[in-house]
Amino acid sequence: MSQSYNRGLVEDFGRWREFSAGMWAWIFHKFTGWMLIGYLFTHIAVLSSALTGPDAYTGTIQGLESLFLIRVLEVGLLAVAVFHILNGLRLLMVDLGIGLESQDRSFYASLVITGAITVASVPTFLQGVGI
Amino acid sequence: MAERYSSFTPGGTGWLLQRITAAFLVVVLAFHFFLLHFVNHAAEITFAGTQARMETVGYFVTMVLFLITATFHGVNGVYNALVNQGLEGTPKKVVLAVLTIAGLALVAQGIYVAVAMAGWI
Repeated sequence: MSQSYNRGLVEDFGRWREFSAGMWAWIFHKFTGWMLIGYLFTHIAVLSSALTGPDAYTGTIQGLESLFLIRVLEVGLLAVAVFHILNGLRLLMVDLGIGLESQDRSFYASLVITGAITVASVPTFLQGVGI
Repeated sequence: MAERYSSFTPGGTGWLLQRITAAFLVVVLAFHFFLLHFVNHAAEITFAGTQARMETVGYFVTMVLFLITATFHGVNGVYNALVNQGLEGTPKKVVLAVLTIAGLALVAQGIYVAVAMAGWI
């Protein structure tokens, strides 16, 4: 028989000093998820310039891409997306009960691979833009 | 004694759909980033290039499915994060209604834009 007790809020961020790897993975997944859904709404709004006409669309995208800030934000978006993908794969494995004993190491691996892919992508993302 | 820390209903369709959409999104999001940042650079995107991709039915269908699954996964994720934070009662119902309307509006607007990009309207 299951036992119930008042555990308070699941997410008590005030206890962050006590968090283990799995808790950090959970928080990072949540944070990157909020960023991605926020971006999706922005993305569709920007792409809606296609409804005004071909010139408005091309001008909007190329105008945004000429800004250094946008390129930096895109690198940030890539980092957020890559982490969410890698940690998401880790979560699917956890759900399937695969590799449970190394779930902390797979979180660290997600962070390291995200960092490597992000750094390696910087030249491509900053190509042809001035500060 | 096992305690449940999930806001999802055990065996619920929400839980399953969140994972099915996740498996699809892992592949399509990686493809999307690769195609539009590494194969075609974002700074060189033009309406003509977008139209050439969008008028291909397979690409159009993939992008519409990408939009629908990403919206569901994101909005459902936000809802469950808020439930985890202790959202309940009337505010929970209001948040669900607002998120549902926002999600449906996003999908409708996105499909409208995709059809315009393909040059079908």
